[in-house]
Amino acid sequence: MANTSTAPATSAAPAGTGPKADTTAGTGTKGPGRPPRRERQGAAWVFLSPWVLGASVLTLLPMAVSLYLSFTDYNLFDPPSWIGLRNYVQMFTEDPRLLRSIGNTLLYVLVAVPLQLALALAVALALKSMRRGRNFYRSAFYAPSLLGASMSIALVWRAIFNDGGTVDNLMSGLGFHIGGWVNQPGWALVSVALLTVWQFGAPMVIFLAGLQQIPQDLYEAAAVDGAGRWRQFASITLPMLSPVLFFNLVLQTIQAFQVFTPAFAVSGGRGGPADSTLFYTLYLYERGFTASHMGYASAMAWMLLLAIGIVTAVLFRTSRSWVFYANEEAG
Amino acid sequence: MSATAMPRQHRRIEWRRVALHGGALAVLLVLLYPLAWLVATSFKPADEVLASLALLPSRLATENYGTAAEGIEGVTLLQLFGNSLTISLGAVLGNVLSCSLAAYAFARLRFTMRGPLFAFMIATIMLPHHAVLIPQYIVFNQLGMVNTFWPMVLPKFLATDAFFVFLIVQFMRGLPRELDEAAKIDGCGPFRIFARVVLPLTRPALITTAIFTFIWTWNDFFTQLIYLFEPEKYTLTLALRTFVDTSSQSAYGPMFAMSVFALLPIVLFFLAFQRLLVEGMANSGLKG
Repeated sequence: MANTSTAPATSAAPAGTGPKADTTAGTGTKGPGRPPRRERQGAAWVFLSPWVLGASVLTLLPMAVSLYLSFTDYNLFDPPSWIGLRNYVQMFTEDPRLLRSIGNTLLYVLVAVPLQLALALAVALALKSMRRGRNFYRSAFYAPSLLGASMSIALVWRAIFNDGGTVDNLMSGLGFHIGGWVNQPGWALVSVALLTVWQFGAPMVIFLAGLQQIPQDLYEAAAVDGAGRWRQFASITLPMLSPVLFFNLVLQTIQAFQVFTPAFAVSGGRGGPADSTLFYTLYLYERGFTASHMGYASAMAWMLLLAIGIVTAVLFRTSRSWVFYANEEAG
Repeated sequence: MSATAMPRQHRRIEWRRVALHGGALAVLLVLLYPLAWLVATSFKPADEVLASLALLPSRLATENYGTAAEGIEGVTLLQLFGNSLTISLGAVLGNVLSCSLAAYAFARLRFTMRGPLFAFMIATIMLPHHAVLIPQYIVFNQLGMVNTFWPMVLPKFLATDAFFVFLIVQFMRGLPRELDEAAKIDGCGPFRIFARVVLPLTRPALITTAIFTFIWTWNDFFTQLIYLFEPEKYTLTLALRTFVDTSSQSAYGPMFAMSVFALLPIVLFFLAFQRLLVEGMANSGLKG
């Protein structure tokens, strides 16, 4: 994620200007009433105090507690009892539904994210070369990204992919009779994936902003050198856009791992038909809050954290070979 | 290039533009279809939902809205709407206050551990909510806050939405430091610099934060599903959940009439602030 990759750089930037401010303070000691360093630190901690409280009480501590609970049997009412690695062992040896939910989630991530990003990039490229109406389309295409997370749209989705719904009729008209997608184990997941693809607007907006940052003279120079449009795309656009592509890839992947609402709506809250939309988070909810196996759900939460951490780390590792930062060459 | 080649090239570009607009309009149509379908279905009489394939109903069945206004389980639509609004506005207030405070410290003040803390803050953007979900639930349960609005609102006052802290930090870094220096020379301490100089200039980022917070909280389903269980506390999203189990076609009209109300604020916010929202999103992917 560009956020994180810039984190050291951006946090270093003000630190770089910091000493400068220090030296002016040092030379200009005539400035009256400059508060001593400790006092200025105190002010910073006052500003930071809500965040510090939130980060410790609502983030760090819960993470630790969640890790502890993952080694216990806990139902929220009786005190947790330590059972060691039982939850984790059970997850991978005695719980086919859990394995199914992992498979569903991975399949969904692998289908929805690449499709969504490819569409986002294609549309951003088309909009970039548009002279008039670009801002209108940009806004209009972005709208589903805000609406799509809602239960309302998830319910619409279930209806239009249901038996006799619009998509069903359309496909039958074209000679492909599938029936109600949401009632068929092979197709329900596809309908959820399509809801994600429908929300391509957010990454598209980011792609478009990235495209507009590419200096135009690069293309002009390439054109002078006789590079065709494909060559320009492969040699200029893609490398220059790779940090943005990486940002979108990481962000959308992490979000896709946590998808919940559409699967809940499409499957009537149960992950059906035949567990085909039983996503990991849906199963976690069921184990923890319907079946009151809080210890087991905590173990699941930690596996999710681990999985997202690993996937992000792998993406960052591979990014070294394909993400190109313009300032790397300059620096 | 000869003079005759010019007009031909010009014409080719014209065709490309037509194709581009045609394609864009086609995409737009597909994107808008579910929304049109939603509104149309909310006006359809019960017997027409499936029987007729036409998008437009034969007559406007406004009775769906009457049924929707009665709400669910004895709680009126107005009350559901009010609950959603209370939670969303509380979250907006919390996020704007706490995230701008934290952002100012990260963007402008120096303190020990700033680098590592900033990195940690960024990392929490990627942290899946589920990793902290159950202990948070236990904490709110201990505090007697389950089935109240606090679990949705209180975390926002503690800057737990790191994404917005980051967004505001990026914006504040774009403000000229000379302003702070000038205010400092005039004798302002950090608090007055923040309140009088930086905060007013940060308004665009704060408005973006407010609108996104409103929309995301309004849309949120998972948190509300876990914490609210009495119908009087239900939000619109949760009320719609009761339709998830009963997928009978006869409930379609009222269900989608209620859905229209659940989407209305988002659509209105979007229409009013689309430029701001789109640019806020665009900036999130770029270095500040």
